[in-house]
Amino acid sequence: MKHVKGHSPREHANKSLDQHASASLGSPHPLRTNSTTLSDAWRRGLPPVLFTLSVLVAWDVVVQAFALPPILLPRPWDVVQSGWQQADVLWRGAVVTGSAALAGFALSVVIGSMIAMLMSQSTTIRLALYPYVILLQTVPIVAIAPLLIIWSGYEFRTVVWVTLIISLFPIVNSVTEGLMAIPRDRLDLFTLYGATRAQTLMRLRIPTAIRYLLLGARTSCGLAVIGAIVAEFFVGNGGANYSGLGTLMTGWQTLGKTASLLAALFVSTGLGIGMFAMVHLLSTTILSRWTSTDDL
Amino acid sequence: MVNLALDSTAANPSSLRCHGLSVRFGDHRNVLDRITCEFPAGRISSLVGPSGCGKSTLLRTLAGLQMPTQGRVQIDPPADAGRGEIAFVFQQATLLPWRSAIENVMLPLELCGLASSAKQRRELAIDELSAMELETAAMNRYPSELSGGMKMRVSLARALVTRPAVLLLDEPFAALDDMLRTALGDLLLRRWAMSAFTAVLVTHNVSEAVMLSHHVFVMRSGQLTPPIDDWLPHPRDETVRTSKEFNELYAAVSELLRGDLA
Repeated sequence: MKHVKGHSPREHANKSLDQHASASLGSPHPLRTNSTTLSDAWRRGLPPVLFTLSVLVAWDVVVQAFALPPILLPRPWDVVQSGWQQADVLWRGAVVTGSAALAGFALSVVIGSMIAMLMSQSTTIRLALYPYVILLQTVPIVAIAPLLIIWSGYEFRTVVWVTLIISLFPIVNSVTEGLMAIPRDRLDLFTLYGATRAQTLMRLRIPTAIRYLLLGARTSCGLAVIGAIVAEFFVGNGGANYSGLGTLMTGWQTLGKTASLLAALFVSTGLGIGMFAMVHLLSTTILSRWTSTDDL
Repeated sequence: MVNLALDSTAANPSSLRCHGLSVRFGDHRNVLDRITCEFPAGRISSLVGPSGCGKSTLLRTLAGLQMPTQGRVQIDPPADAGRGEIAFVFQQATLLPWRSAIENVMLPLELCGLASSAKQRRELAIDELSAMELETAAMNRYPSELSGGMKMRVSLARALVTRPAVLLLDEPFAALDDMLRTALGDLLLRRWAMSAFTAVLVTHNVSEAVMLSHHVFVMRSGQLTPPIDDWLPHPRDETVRTSKEFNELYAAVSELLRGDLA
């Protein structure tokens, strides 16, 4: 194919139309400076910080006003002190619980995606499997944890199984939806060019489903931490040499160490937030260049 | 594996003949009602008509994306979409957001098994994007980083990269402003002049139909009127658009359309 090297004035005008649009898409707003970005960060970050401080002050006032005993509700500062004193134990607990949550979450992503891929292949498979996927969502995890302990023992792996079960449903659900919800024009494009089933799966369905997978993963990662801690309540009760945050919490509850218990609670919350932030960062990194209003 | 030379032109353009073509969805009336017509080889034909009259259904049926309830489409000489010989441009650019502009244009070559290597597919894609006058810097960008006009240039390049014998366009410029619409229409004409494929263009815009086509069909309630031959000279530029002949054709097509709406 030969190309026209020279351009007429009208062609130049056409290109400048696109270039103008491109420039406005690709570059930041000319009036937007670093200081504006910084003040934006302050404006967004300040309200939650102020709210947290208000809650802590209200908490302290309530404890003092009603002279609540520390076993019922310690003062915020006591919780901080207790957490500091138990920092080593809490850190080791966070590592154990975090590892179990991460392992269960990773397994749920892999296994959930495989189940979703299977379900997307035919209506019959979908109808056959879907009730069991719903079952995963509805089964009470506190009821299934003791059963899993009988089968798998008071072990780290049992915590991972529980975590996997609780975090699997959002992945299966969202990936299946992603694999099925392909815009008609895109499917037509592949049909027109006679794409094989494998080509459509690899080049269209799976890339489309990645966005849905990441959305499901945001829900799933939070559930993974909850699943790990709930499982540790049971695993720790068996007297096994296991030191996850859930085990520590049951232990400190028995000993009446409410301040330490609350410190562990905050650490586990931080663990959940950390997991969510990790998935959020991953999804924004992957999706930032893909996302546009009309294409996704 | 079919090898496309970088300087190859289109496959022999095919004519499209509809023989008593009907399409019905469910128990409703025929969306296409026993259409018999011919879209001549190597010519651009436009289909104009009000919304819902069946233009897009006819185009999808020509592409093989919609099975006719009755009748058939004859493509002569035969063209196979699976070999990239029939291409389709949608109203939206329909680009895959996870692929850059070049990778989007490479897609039909990958699906149809055209070109012998990834390197050659890339060269063909760059070549076609250049023909569509997309600036080099934009070729590696993702669709979300492109303007509406750039996306449509990529979409056209993707359709033309396989050197199709038949190009079907479903209101490709409808979402663009007037200036871009005119610019891309001119670009389509220049590209047609290079390889003379058969094109069927669905549009709401009478001016666009008259400016770009050799034949204009008006569609009404699932049926086509006999074509109005567009005798305007080629190449068509701004002087054609302001000519007396253009206005006469515009008036003739508009009158047929008004007859439909009355």
